[in-house]
Amino acid sequence: MENILEVKDLKLWFSMYERGFKKKNLEVLHSLSLELRKGEVLAVVGSSGSGKSLLANAVLGLLPGNARLSGEIVYKGMALDNKNRKSLLGREIAYIPQSVDYLDPLMKLGKQVQGVYGTKERQRELFEKYRLPLSTEKKYPFEVSGGMARRILVSSAVMGEPELIIADEPTPGLSADMAMETLMHFRELADKGAAVLLITHDIDLAFNVADRIAVCYAGTIVEIAPTSDFVSGKDALRHPYSKAFIDALPQNGFKPIGGSQPYAGNLPDGCLFAERCPYRSAECGGEIPMRELRGGEVRCVHAT
Amino acid sequence: MKSGRKIFSEILRVILLLICVSLIAFILVTKAPVDPLVSYIGTNSSLSQEAKDEISEYWGLNDPLPQRFLTWADHALHGDMGQSITYKRPVIDVIAERMTYSFSLMFIAWLMSGILGFCLGLVCGLKPGSIFDRVCKTFCLVLKSAPTFWLGLLFLSVFAVQLKWFPIGMSVPIGKLAEDVTLGDRLYHLALPAITLTVVSISEVVLYTRQKIIEIRNSDFILYAQARGERKGQIVRRHILRNIALPAVTLQFASFSELFGGMALAENIFAYPGLGTATTAAALNGDVPLLLGIAVFSALFVFAGNLIANILYGVFDPRTKEAEYVK
Repeated sequence: MENILEVKDLKLWFSMYERGFKKKNLEVLHSLSLELRKGEVLAVVGSSGSGKSLLANAVLGLLPGNARLSGEIVYKGMALDNKNRKSLLGREIAYIPQSVDYLDPLMKLGKQVQGVYGTKERQRELFEKYRLPLSTEKKYPFEVSGGMARRILVSSAVMGEPELIIADEPTPGLSADMAMETLMHFRELADKGAAVLLITHDIDLAFNVADRIAVCYAGTIVEIAPTSDFVSGKDALRHPYSKAFIDALPQNGFKPIGGSQPYAGNLPDGCLFAERCPYRSAECGGEIPMRELRGGEVRCVHAT
Repeated sequence: MKSGRKIFSEILRVILLLICVSLIAFILVTKAPVDPLVSYIGTNSSLSQEAKDEISEYWGLNDPLPQRFLTWADHALHGDMGQSITYKRPVIDVIAERMTYSFSLMFIAWLMSGILGFCLGLVCGLKPGSIFDRVCKTFCLVLKSAPTFWLGLLFLSVFAVQLKWFPIGMSVPIGKLAEDVTLGDRLYHLALPAITLTVVSISEVVLYTRQKIIEIRNSDFILYAQARGERKGQIVRRHILRNIALPAVTLQFASFSELFGGMALAENIFAYPGLGTATTAAALNGDVPLLLGIAVFSALFVFAGNLIANILYGVFDPRTKEAEYVK
């Protein structure tokens, strides 16, 4: 399958001032790589602070001014930079934000869904498709419910028939049914040929729609594997963190592991998970590359 | 129903406000060490003690305070605000005449500071940290900390005395007959006080607009607009102006009280015959009726500004409209 989005060895720093005028570079994403294929839903899961949203913002070019990037972001074979992003965003590349707060509070919804590239006809068509009453187009964001807001955000995203959809935590605050319904919209879009990057911390929901799941930890991806591996349990998985992640799910007995995710300013050398890893050895202190293993990818020297 | 109740409560509020303002003003002027009788007849009067007593009795100066206030209030309610001691004319006439001067002054300054301040704030807020922004911000902070009278004196000595661009004071040329005074003369005399008042009020508008724009630019919906491929100009037009208009307009109407205060000072410096100079004259002469009249009038003026701001909020912001509807 054709790759819609490729992220290669992406590193991201924030430069900030530390006590006085000493400048400090804080590396928040480390050698992050992933590929997103046409027609697939790739879920990026991980706890808060693992860099999931930064990945989305880096692809969309929404990083603040003190951010520095290295590595490559490639969209359909061409490097994505601020110049060609301008012609792609809102047309071929769509973003679905977390909540209704991302809508202009003083603009009527119809106009907002249309955006700058859409048409009224298409907006009405989408309202019908996503079961939004026609009267909604005259309403303001604060007047609609959470579920409706989500459908509005989805309609806005598909206004331009995008090939790449990046959804950043599209489900929090929704009931299980609503969240499922929202995710099904993504599945449907992927089935029609779009590539969907679904950023979520709700791995259970990701199980239902994603083709593959990437696990984020402390600013890098430690494992990418087919969803079926996650569903069949921890033995099918490769990285000790992914296994621990699965173990910590409610249905698997809520088993936590000790320690906490290292802070970006205070990272260990080598494997970022080493400190909490039961298989830790001397080799873990070196450079750990991403490698292919059993139909997935893993960043661990011990994984089998 | 809904608007009926709202109008009723606003009327109630203005009545309460007027009672409080007039009462406080009344207590303050009666407790001030000014004898209205002495200020009326002058300190070197040859009037006999009996005659003085008679005037006191006629004016009701010997009545207890509450009764004196009620007498004034009763007359005021019937449209008689009393006779100004300073100008020897009915208070209503004095206020009406002076008001036209003050209003033209305040209106020009209000409009100029609003429009100019908004534009400057917009430019600063869209490029915070730029040279223009830094210069503008510093300038505004200096202006904001400078006292009005000092600025007025500075403008007067620079533009009127040294450069001779503007007349030194008054509203019409000295020595010209009233019927010969042209509109140009009036505007020429109005210019410097209006500029001073504009400069005094502008910094607040600039700083507020700038801050608000920075806030709006940092909000999530701007990020989303960027993610949807909106260009800078589109974001400004579609989102920033839409969201800044309401607070800007509200601030502009809510600033009536500062405008009024600034006007009083500016008028005194430029000897401009408006309400401000009338207030000072009334205070210096112990002109109780005129002082009370001006107090009531200025309270009404400020109230009107705030009321307009309130109403506009409801008209412009769909969120407030809805909130009232639910209530």
